[in-house]
Amino acid sequence: MTAGIKAQMALVALNRFGLGARGANSGDLANAAADPRGFVKAELASPRTALLEGPNLRSSEDLLAEMYGVQRQRREALAQAREMANQATASDAQQKTTSPSPVSPDPASAAPQRPLPNFNFVQDRFRSDALARIQRAHAPACGFVERLVGFWSNHFCISAVKGPGVRITAGAFEREAIRPHVLGSFADMVKAVEQHPAMLAYLDNAVSVGPNSRAGQTRKRGLNENLARETLELHTLGVDGGYTQADVTSLARILTGWTIVGPPGRLGRPGTFAFNPNAHEPGPQVLLGRAYADEGVVQGEKALNDLARHPSAARFIATKFARHFVADEPPPALVARLTKVFRDSDGDLKALSLALVDDDTAWSAPLTKIRSPYDYIIAASRLIARVPDQPQRYLGSLSLMGAPLWQPPGPNGFADTNAAWATPNGMKTRLDIAGQIAKRLGNLADPEEALDAVAGEAASAQTRQAIGRAASREQAMALVLMSPEFQRR
Amino acid sequence: MPDIAALHAPSRRQLLVTGGALFAWSYLPRFAHGSTFAADGRDPRLVVMVLRGALDGLAAVAPVSDPAYQALHGQQALSLTGDKPALPLDNFFALHPAMPNFARLYRSRHAAVVHATATAYRERSHFDGQDVLESGYKMPGKTQSGWLNRALEQLPKGERIAVKGKGLAVGASTPLILRGGAPVTGWAPSALPAVQDDLEQRLLDLYRHSDSGLANALEQGLGLEKVMQREAGGMRPAGGNIIQAMRVPARGAAKLIAADDGPRFAALAFDGWDTHVNEGGATGRLALLLAGLDGAIEEFEKGLGDSWKSTVIAVVTEFGRTARINGTAGTDHGTGTVAFLAGGALNGGRVIADWPGLRDADLYEGRDLKATTDLRGVMKGLLADHLGVGANVLSERVFPESQDVEPMQGLIV
Repeated sequence: MTAGIKAQMALVALNRFGLGARGANSGDLANAAADPRGFVKAELASPRTALLEGPNLRSSEDLLAEMYGVQRQRREALAQAREMANQATASDAQQKTTSPSPVSPDPASAAPQRPLPNFNFVQDRFRSDALARIQRAHAPACGFVERLVGFWSNHFCISAVKGPGVRITAGAFEREAIRPHVLGSFADMVKAVEQHPAMLAYLDNAVSVGPNSRAGQTRKRGLNENLARETLELHTLGVDGGYTQADVTSLARILTGWTIVGPPGRLGRPGTFAFNPNAHEPGPQVLLGRAYADEGVVQGEKALNDLARHPSAARFIATKFARHFVADEPPPALVARLTKVFRDSDGDLKALSLALVDDDTAWSAPLTKIRSPYDYIIAASRLIARVPDQPQRYLGSLSLMGAPLWQPPGPNGFADTNAAWATPNGMKTRLDIAGQIAKRLGNLADPEEALDAVAGEAASAQTRQAIGRAASREQAMALVLMSPEFQRR
Repeated sequence: MPDIAALHAPSRRQLLVTGGALFAWSYLPRFAHGSTFAADGRDPRLVVMVLRGALDGLAAVAPVSDPAYQALHGQQALSLTGDKPALPLDNFFALHPAMPNFARLYRSRHAAVVHATATAYRERSHFDGQDVLESGYKMPGKTQSGWLNRALEQLPKGERIAVKGKGLAVGASTPLILRGGAPVTGWAPSALPAVQDDLEQRLLDLYRHSDSGLANALEQGLGLEKVMQREAGGMRPAGGNIIQAMRVPARGAAKLIAADDGPRFAALAFDGWDTHVNEGGATGRLALLLAGLDGAIEEFEKGLGDSWKSTVIAVVTEFGRTARINGTAGTDHGTGTVAFLAGGALNGGRVIADWPGLRDADLYEGRDLKATTDLRGVMKGLLADHLGVGANVLSERVFPESQDVEPMQGLIV
């Protein structure tokens, strides 16, 4: 192989599969060129690679318990304030009906007002998780596992916009429901996701009640089919996966009672998943032609298990996977091969990932996709070798590019195509961000060294020339960050 | 009872994730030079607002005189009496009280409602529903181009807007409705300082020599912001509350399409209409969103000035919601819904509906408002009478296989 072809393979390893070469003499490009497939696969050896832990990272149970506590303090403070106001009014009224008392009590001096507890901690916890995710993305040489985490997290997305309960657990959801299964089993991931408090809140299942359950009869509440529909359409079978409205309603009934334990802890530890038999629709249900006896929570677990192993799910996942890593219109033969691996391995996601890396198409297909906003920001940060200690700038950039972290516009997640990101607005925003990064680096940047780290021999003559002729280091660095070698994957 | 109410309280400030970005056709039609519009001197503007998530049409424009309505919507039903009375449109329908501006336009015949309408799509997936709504095809899966783009391709070619080819544009992705062969550009309220012109030019030059896809995107993006900066003195980012998040992009869009050399056709998309839980009635979550929509329409009216008389705004959504309130004080995915039309060029002041009724037997699949008016017919009527797009083109290119859907007559003054 010529040096040029080797560098091209390294670019595929680092950009298509990874998060881009790190700067500061990391040697990533050379290491990737020496053994491109091995470079990508190295991270798959241990399933623990995907886990994320840290002193500032807490379980969703802890986080929700904290939120419940603050909510209770707020309610108490408000009640206290109301009571004091009532007393003041009552004594006012008394004074009017009786003679003026010589010592009139001043309501303002009765007791010092406690400041109301606020909800700033919700955003603090969200940022701690965001920071941990961003920092982690700087650690691995390739970053394939972090890319897998991003793929699955977007596939099973929640949105922090839903409310404080989802915002505070957005990062924990990824750590608890996604990361442990990225190199494990799809069926396990489906179960972990649909039983996670963040998902149960995001897609409203926590408040869905079986109409004929005890709670449904006494409280006049009923079904909410949001989670059931998206489980079929977006999480497992795909919209053409062969289900009907009757299946949606059936699954909604099956999943009634899947909820989150509230502050009183009646169903378990507050802030955890619980099955509430009082809200569960009694009786057997038929889903996709198969009957599921009413065995409580097991009814839903069996249904999800069958959905995860359904042939439609294999095809749906393989297509999305190939679209994410290879091309907006993935080669049908590649999709067919990945579908088979998914089916034959019973949804083993490590096997699926290895099959992709082992496939020749994944190495020969041209780098036509543009990096997602998150991958662009991370790749830039890896290149300039700055591990952040604050996430705000990253989060702000992502919002400007239309991809705010853990806040996709709908339960189908962020789009995964050039049509979504290589847009007039999108490109101009990328350029503005590249300009900002280059400005902060100023004369510290070495643009030629950066281009060598990014692409080496795979850099085009045009890009080299543009950087060589730039008016300043700052301008040249912005051009490196915007070059096709950096943007395409 | 678990205290999940708090967990669900939507953060009002952030209900709209993406606000709205403007995307516009980047040619200014030369109607003055021998086009079909030269004779009457019209310079028509068309704005399409897409409400993503499925608007509850029965909550937005309530059939208050339908005997079944109150029972279906229960405590959330609108009423002509009470603290927040609905705004009567005729003897049968009343508008949500959060939309006083639209009601005013309606009274001056500059607004109309199409009720019990839907696209050809009859399933209940948001994303397929949006594909059908925006692509103009009968079936989902056609996502290469949108009907508005294909309609614009049929118009006489004009001058490229933003002559200097430089500028600033910020935002997310072009909505499907405007994707396709006709060149489109985009703008959204920006917060970042612009980079130097010199860097822009160098990068464009690099892309032109090595990556034509990125070159086209960047070049198209560079045009509009210059017009924007001139017309508006720069725009502040959409932020604050829901209402501002919808007003701000509308204000910017109005300025752009009012400009002599600005685009004439625009699409905006607003998220957040998927009201499964605690939808509210005369007040509440949907009320806030409708107030934002009402504000956006008002911004267009104000910002367009004299051009308002040649403007039509169409507000559309992928489908409606269940006629009954669901088990969580919201509504699930349904079928028939409303479309709002506004603008000085509109022959308004009426609710256009072939009312299907709301008795159990009247509902589509026993659960949704039946769609009796094909939304494509409404759009075809607008494109035919407002822009002069021919009948065959409408039935074959713009809304493929829609020969059986007649363009609605008499929508334009």
